[in-house]
Amino acid sequence: MSMSTRSSKARPQGGGWDTAVWYLMRLSALGLFVLVIAHFTIVHLIYDPAIQTSDWIAARWSGAAWRTVDWMMLTLVVFHAFMGMRTVVQDYTKGGLRTFLIMALYLLAIFLFAMGTMALVSFPEAVKVPS
Amino acid sequence: MLLRYRGSEGMLAWAFHRISGVAIWAFILLHVLDIWLANVNPPLYNELLAFYGSLVGRLLETTLGAAVLYHALNGARIIIMDFWPATTRHHKQLWYGVWVVFVVIGLPFVIQIMAPAFGMEPPFRFGAS
Repeated sequence: MSMSTRSSKARPQGGGWDTAVWYLMRLSALGLFVLVIAHFTIVHLIYDPAIQTSDWIAARWSGAAWRTVDWMMLTLVVFHAFMGMRTVVQDYTKGGLRTFLIMALYLLAIFLFAMGTMALVSFPEAVKVPS
Repeated sequence: MLLRYRGSEGMLAWAFHRISGVAIWAFILLHVLDIWLANVNPPLYNELLAFYGSLVGRLLETTLGAAVLYHALNGARIIIMDFWPATTRHHKQLWYGVWVVFVVIGLPFVIQIMAPAFGMEPPFRFGAS
């Protein structure tokens, strides 16, 4: 049975970090398939982005439920996007440049995850629901 | 270059997946920082929102939606082929299927997103305007 397909990377053999990432990319993809399509539908089809001011976001994030959903999406998307970029970097670079770029990606991922988490945690509660 | 490419669908599916993936990654950088900005400086964020609502903003929004939808659908195709290798024999048909679903789901989004840029009411109402 071939594990290689024509449009995706072959599953790395050996059971190390790269094999784990291969599986985690697909696992996070399944979560994002649901979360991102729902998110895009809500903030681009049901509501026009032009009305989504700071107050609107505060109203959407009143209570912990949506903040939790959005934090799950943030977690999955940071992992999936940056591990995807790692694959891109590995395909086009080698040696010291590759090590430098991958380290830069990891640092940027941690920074972005921290910024997003900070926004989710510290956004004020709104007093009224979106009109 | 892509237009002159005479190779198989598999290579194009891969190239589009990579291009859309990198584009979405770049947008994620912007999107996490703009929501962070919405928290620390609401007036500045609301100014950025005016750009998002402009004609150019809405064209970029449509492009983003297309990238996300293609990446999601082709990603589903990749997962199907990874865990059910027999389907790789029909990878081209699966790719054509991706485009059928892409157009059917994408078209209502395009109309809804672009309508306000031309002074028209968005056609779909959800009691949420």
